[in-house]
Amino acid sequence: MTNVLVKEKSVVVPGEILAEGMDNLPGFGTYRKNDKIIASRLGVILVEGRALKIIPLSGSYIPKNNDVIIGKVIDVTMSGWRVNTNSAYTAMLMLKDGSSEYIARGADLTHFYNLEDYIVCKITKVTSQKLVDLTMKGPGLKKLTGGRIIKVNPFKVPRIIGKQGSMVTMIKQVTNTHLIVGQNGLIWLQGEPEQEVLAVKTIKKIERESHTKGLTEQIKKFLEENTVNQK
Amino acid sequence: MIKVNNEFKNYLQNSLFKNVRIDGRGLLDFRDVTIESGVSSTAEGSARVKIGETEVIAGVKMEVATPYPDRPEDGSIMVNAEFLPMASPDFEPGPPGIAAIELSRVVDRGIRESGAIDLKKLLIKKGEKCWMLIIDVCMINNDGNLLDASALAAIAALKDAKFPKYENDELDYKTKTDKGVELAKIPIAVTVVKVGDSYLVDCGIDEEKNLDARLTITSTEEGTICSLQKGGDAPLTKEDISKMFDIALEKAKLLRGFL
Amino acid sequence: MTYDKRLDGRKFDELRPIEAKAGVIPNAVGSAWFKIGKTEAYATVYGPRELYPRFLQDPSCGRLRCSYNMMPFSGAGDRVRPGQNRRSKEISMVTDKALLPVVDLNDYPNAVVDVFIELPQTDAGSRCAGICAASIALADAGIPMKDLVSAVSVGLVDGKLVIDLDYQEEAYDKGGVADIPIAMIPSTGEITLLQMDGEISKEQLLEGIDMVKGAMDNIKEIQVKALKDKYNTSDKSE
Repeated sequence: MTNVLVKEKSVVVPGEILAEGMDNLPGFGTYRKNDKIIASRLGVILVEGRALKIIPLSGSYIPKNNDVIIGKVIDVTMSGWRVNTNSAYTAMLMLKDGSSEYIARGADLTHFYNLEDYIVCKITKVTSQKLVDLTMKGPGLKKLTGGRIIKVNPFKVPRIIGKQGSMVTMIKQVTNTHLIVGQNGLIWLQGEPEQEVLAVKTIKKIERESHTKGLTEQIKKFLEENTVNQK
Repeated sequence: MIKVNNEFKNYLQNSLFKNVRIDGRGLLDFRDVTIESGVSSTAEGSARVKIGETEVIAGVKMEVATPYPDRPEDGSIMVNAEFLPMASPDFEPGPPGIAAIELSRVVDRGIRESGAIDLKKLLIKKGEKCWMLIIDVCMINNDGNLLDASALAAIAALKDAKFPKYENDELDYKTKTDKGVELAKIPIAVTVVKVGDSYLVDCGIDEEKNLDARLTITSTEEGTICSLQKGGDAPLTKEDISKMFDIALEKAKLLRGFL
Repeated sequence: MTYDKRLDGRKFDELRPIEAKAGVIPNAVGSAWFKIGKTEAYATVYGPRELYPRFLQDPSCGRLRCSYNMMPFSGAGDRVRPGQNRRSKEISMVTDKALLPVVDLNDYPNAVVDVFIELPQTDAGSRCAGICAASIALADAGIPMKDLVSAVSVGLVDGKLVIDLDYQEEAYDKGGVADIPIAMIPSTGEITLLQMDGEISKEQLLEGIDMVKGAMDNIKEIQVKALKDKYNTSDKSE
């Protein structure tokens, strides 16, 4: 008989005993010690079948295979570009994955992506040593021009995107701004200056209150109350 | 030459042209300012200043020292700035870098040149003993405009300061007297920034990284300017400077009101 | 002569008043503020991030790098000259060792998790306050941890065992004083920091360790509350 000792969706801290007994399984962010399952991360506890897992509330981005992120070019080499991923690990964009266009041998690589350029790219490989490979070949992957970049807590990204993109779509529509959300916590926006300010305020609000109930309704109300009149 | 992210700078200038700053503030709006005194029980005087999310703590320590040989009737003051690594992922542990040195010297000049403190009043015994006031400003969180926040915290800490007991050549830090530091003036620093054709005050990090020029103007309640520091790579015209003076004097009144 | 009554009137096993908050420094990945009596500590976590110099990188595991620093105006008497001195370097190292047994940095090869402990004012027990704050900050930063670490000093003042010495007691001159900072994983009682100034017998030391367990549990409760309060208040704010 297992006893789950904490309410689902409550905030738990490392060392907190989540369940007693042998029936439950320790999922992400938890570990088993004898007959107890204990949290190892600060986060919100979820029960999925027999597994108890933690949705972290904070932390740095850890590169994951298949994530679409916004990276910043920090070096242009003979074989490609080195990209900052907003994590402890830089990534490599090799020539062969650099573009759907043909890149000739000896071509000036800065023509494609130069230092300090922001690019929407996809992680194709993460080794155990956290060496990261990227590609620019794929739908939606491109160099970003204009607009601005903000940083958010990467663990709040799912909330900012919403179920099937519902939250981010709502923000885009109400503020009439282009928005691209990277899994690594970087977000690109472009629109009229005042609309951008509203979009940023909304995103920051979601970040602060991501774990509260009824967030979607509150955000909808917030956007309605603060809508900038189109001139 | 370090390549600047030109895209962002153009973007910034476009926004400012339409009078919109990154966070929606007006060009001459300060973020919320709070001052809290007496935040360190071990300091002789202390203050915490928050401007938006920028936070600094200034502490005053008072030591008994020997006056400088060429100034036997004067006490001394010293300002030191610590860019603590806690305040920003870009601050590294170690001795003060050039930004910290510039900040401490600008804050120092503001206090010294305004005549806020009469150094003769810090004398204990001519040629032998005097008070040395050491103001350390520690950065707690950097969200831009550390300079204005630090200058404000330094003055607030001096206002809060009380001399420790000094009798028979013995300094007793545990006993505070009622005697404070007489401040003849209240110097306030305001940094005015130029981006493109726009003038801004109280810049956030992104605005600071993309400024063309900045001018820190320290002034007293009478509107006398007692210290100036120009920064940034671009030049300023006489008209720029005149406009920035007006802005700084106006904003100094606002900041002085928080003390 | 024995120490019958504590200088500030506390009971022998009583802690000074404690306050703690999590998430106080917006720029940091995780942060905390911990105040016990008049000793106050900030802890801020940056990382995991790239580790320089390169030769310090460990390809099997991330590294923890703690730095303890007193603000120049935080000393009991004279100004503290800024910069790391021998004392702060030693405290930084033992703080590292106090926290390492609970943190799991296997997911961060070659990277470093920096913990900066800064004190605006001190009244003894500063390294313990720093460890308490660092524990909260590491959890706040989302670093995987087996458990939190709590820390406080045990002392022997003129033959009497006491918990949480303040500066006056450390400097007590009418009898012998032993000052023993201890860090503990409260749920298991395992000790991760143990230092001592002074003289003590083995029996007294073991008795002291038993005595401090209750205090550690109290401190841990406060640390846990600090973390949970950060999220509960935003719950109520709208």
